[in-house]
Amino acid sequence: MKLRKGPLLLLLTLFIATGIYAQVKQVKKTVHYPGSAAAMARGKIVYTNICLACHMADGGGVQNMNPPLISTSYVSGNKPALIKIVLNGFKDDVEINGQKYSNNMLPHSDLSDQQVADVLTYVRKSFGNKASAVTAFEVKKVRALIKN
Amino acid sequence: MKKLFILLLPVFALIGLIVFNACKNPDRTNTTDAANAGLTLPAGFSAVAVADNLGQARHLVVTPQGDIYVHLANSKKGRSILVLHLDGDKTTLKTSFADYGGTGIAIKNGYLYASSNSDVYRYKLNDKNEVINPGQPERIVTGLINRRMHEPKAIALDNDGNIYVNIGAYSNICSDFDPNKTGCPILDSAAGIWQFRADKPNQHYSDGIRYAGGLRNVVGLDWNQQDNQLFVMQHGRDMLHDLFPKYYTIKQSADLPAECMFALKKGDNAGWPYVYYDWIKHKNMLGPEYGGDGVKAADPKFLNPVAAYPGHFAPDGLLFYTGNQFPEKYKNGAFIAFHGSWNRAPEPQDGYCVVFQPFKNGKPDGQWEKFADGFAGTAEQKASGRAVHRPCGLAQGPDGSLYVTDDNKGTIYKITYSK
Ligand code: HEC
Repeated sequence: MKLRKGPLLLLLTLFIATGIYAQVKQVKKTVHYPGSAAAMARGKIVYTNICLACHMADGGGVQNMNPPLISTSYVSGNKPALIKIVLNGFKDDVEINGQKYSNNMLPHSDLSDQQVADVLTYVRKSFGNKASAVTAFEVKKVRALIKN
Repeated sequence: MKKLFILLLPVFALIGLIVFNACKNPDRTNTTDAANAGLTLPAGFSAVAVADNLGQARHLVVTPQGDIYVHLANSKKGRSILVLHLDGDKTTLKTSFADYGGTGIAIKNGYLYASSNSDVYRYKLNDKNEVINPGQPERIVTGLINRRMHEPKAIALDNDGNIYVNIGAYSNICSDFDPNKTGCPILDSAAGIWQFRADKPNQHYSDGIRYAGGLRNVVGLDWNQQDNQLFVMQHGRDMLHDLFPKYYTIKQSADLPAECMFALKKGDNAGWPYVYYDWIKHKNMLGPEYGGDGVKAADPKFLNPVAAYPGHFAPDGLLFYTGNQFPEKYKNGAFIAFHGSWNRAPEPQDGYCVVFQPFKNGKPDGQWEKFADGFAGTAEQKASGRAVHRPCGLAQGPDGSLYVTDDNKGTIYKITYSK
């Protein structure tokens, strides 16, 4: 009897140990996640409440109406210009990845610096985008420039 | 080993049967779909795709000689009007012309009328309804506002030498132009239907009449011959929940406001941006931007719709059916092509269908019904808004067949009835 319990116990400890190891690895992975996880989580909330209606949950946009936020030069490019799009809105007659879009994006200047930073961090690191985070300080600077 | 195999044989057989059936099922639905070009229709109706991959095919007309004029939103190599000749269930490209993309196209009294997003042109037709001089249209109207949003200038003609042109609002709800709510300033030159003479060249705003106002955007419109009256389909406002979360839930914002059918008379005001129509309450409501709260009714001075449809379905085509091919109940009723929604997210998207609205004595009579569905593709493609085909224009053929354009893939469907 005793002989049989031995390997079982060993198996159990091995099982638990690997489980814990996997957990630790998971935690490590989240820490390693590009940008702060908290900013991403907050940004996702802003995105869902405000941007999703037009740019859709997958960032794919709406044909002819609202552009995608996937691999566009606006999303991944110059941060002040991107911040300005959110604060001032956007209704320029431009092509975005070879397509024109006819809806108007209204200003979202009622969002706080932190909210704008979070939502843009979220957009720049979601939908396959891999650009750097945006900070509240960067938003503050652009907002001051627009006001003047 | 052999014994085990024999024992397991029935199991293998069962697995085989399941796999076989699983593979067979989608096949079967595919064949029925292909039979009607992927559409579902009422009993007795069938559909074929008479053209495909045309580009952004918007409105169309069909001549008694079986030519289809279809207008593309963007010109392809400097040509935006395609002329296809029908031969049974097939078409061949006869010719193409017009270096301006657009939506509007119509035939009246020996002329083909077509609109860009700022001008209206016409072309003289010969006795076979062919354009005589495609390179030299006569410009009828010019300089209409075109500010990206709601830019198509859909057109219709009456029997008294007038042409009606939609000039859409370049705004969702005017809040960007009326921040202090003192009155929307863009209504003088947009958000309405303008009337011009059909035969007078180079008319500007000042030569026309603002026939009816307070219409956010109209793409589907048609002259009702029974009433001798213009009927239009308005695209209702967006974003009730996004802008006023305290008054509207996400679900309400997906369903509201209605997409409305209006029967217009000169001088009518349909109320945009001050009011919207609630198709569940059957009531014109005061807009939340102007003091509404989802409960307060609108000032009764604004025009009420004659019929209303679910929110954000996007009516892009309207046609009164006057043919003899379809069963009696369709005669003088209205077909409406719904382009399909985007502003229902995060709720599933909807629309992407052709609806039939029964009429009696020139008035909507009874509940609308889905006539042709399945344009979007799979349930997932529909719910996500990534529809494969999107209905836009409607036309009646000389034999009473119904034609529907799709401005996504550029398909033209022909729908026929046989007992
Ligand atoms: C009312 C619909 C709407 C909402 C809400 C909206 N946008 Fe936009 N957005 C648009 C449209 C339309 C354009 C393109 C305008 C043009 O072509 O001039 C655009 C353009 C953009 C662009 C630049 C073009 C591109 O595709 O990269 C970015 C970035 C962007 N939006 C981000 C956002 C973010 C972030 C939010 C939420 C804070 C947001 N938008 C909310 C409609 C919207």
